[in-house]
Amino acid sequence: MQAQSEIGYNSKIEGDVVITTVDAALNWFRKNSVWPMPMGLACCAIELMAVGASRFDISRFGSEVMRFSPRQADCMIVAGTVTYKMALSVKRIWDQMPEPRWCIAMGACASTGGMYRSYAVLQGVDRIIPVDIYVSGCPPRPEALLDALMKLQNKISKTPVVENLTIMNLKKAAA
Amino acid sequence: MVLLKNLDLETKTRICELANIVTSQDAANKLKAKFGDLISELPIFRGELTVRLTDAEKITEVCLYAKNDLDFNYLVDITGIDNYGDDPRWTLVYHLRGLGHGCEVRIKTDVSEEKSKLPSVVSVWATANWHEREVYDMMGIHFRDHPDLRRILMWDGYPYFPLRKDFPLAGKDSELPGVAFTQVTPMAGGPFVTVAGGNSAMAREPRIRIPETDSIETMGRLERRKEIQEAHGHPKGPGPIERK
Repeated sequence: MQAQSEIGYNSKIEGDVVITTVDAALNWFRKNSVWPMPMGLACCAIELMAVGASRFDISRFGSEVMRFSPRQADCMIVAGTVTYKMALSVKRIWDQMPEPRWCIAMGACASTGGMYRSYAVLQGVDRIIPVDIYVSGCPPRPEALLDALMKLQNKISKTPVVENLTIMNLKKAAA
Repeated sequence: MVLLKNLDLETKTRICELANIVTSQDAANKLKAKFGDLISELPIFRGELTVRLTDAEKITEVCLYAKNDLDFNYLVDITGIDNYGDDPRWTLVYHLRGLGHGCEVRIKTDVSEEKSKLPSVVSVWATANWHEREVYDMMGIHFRDHPDLRRILMWDGYPYFPLRKDFPLAGKDSELPGVAFTQVTPMAGGPFVTVAGGNSAMAREPRIRIPETDSIETMGRLERRKEIQEAHGHPKGPGPIERK
């Protein structure tokens, strides 16, 4: 004798239906298919390439689809020194990425300007675009970037998607 | 070795001409013979030969001669020197190399600050295009008849010339509304900050520095080291314990 309800448990459809919330489902889709935009600007880009290759294998986390078009990318990985001249392009590419979008500042230079204290270098890419995860290192080990990616997945999984969409729609309606 | 008999007449003649230049000194002599008083020779430093061109306006002619007749077919670099406080303020340095004969010559020429302008050599070597753009970007020296004299490293519209001696290392604020900006860089506490002077390598070494407390801290460390040395006869404290 067991308590049965249509939605709680039904032995006839067991194995075919998973009960979840819309938020959890959407976030699950999103966090396991983060398509990176590789903004490789200096030596960190070499480590980024290592992460993409078979030894460290970023595809274990669903992020192997490097997109060189910002329109198809979800997460910009800023790997390297951002000079003021390049800052214009970085900002422009970020603006071209569709929501939802995330940003990982990889290494000392992208996070703070690193050892380049000079007239030519932007002191941290967070001065022009919002950064979700900072990775320390000069350059960081590939494992460090994978750890950042896992932290980003964790962050994505906690996003209140429905609430955000509702707020966005309300704002649109008001405007 | 190139076998002469296998080559066509034109190449043969060319190689024989080249045979006249075997050292940088030969090239310098030929330049002096051609341009006379305009070219003077500077002391040879570490086996490298430098000539000075008195009139910067003649740079294109000299370079054209060096390329066509002396076979300096490779322009290695053009650099600018800021002799801040002296007159003339600018020195332009052209590094020439002939890939055929393997000799190198450096041409230096001075330009005054009021003028800050000299002829371009893009018509001689196409590669001069980017070299001259870099000198213009960093120093603000103009090149006449350059086909495309824009900034190359800093963004278009940047108002300063950052490699001039009177430009601070940390940079200056600038704004191009809505498009681009630069900010003064915080130098204090940065990694790899060295200071000039000081009594010891310890006071000069590159490390994290906080300007307000740095000198006190360094002096304190040196004092402690001195005390230890006096007490133990060794800067690192008591030596290994002697076994009996």
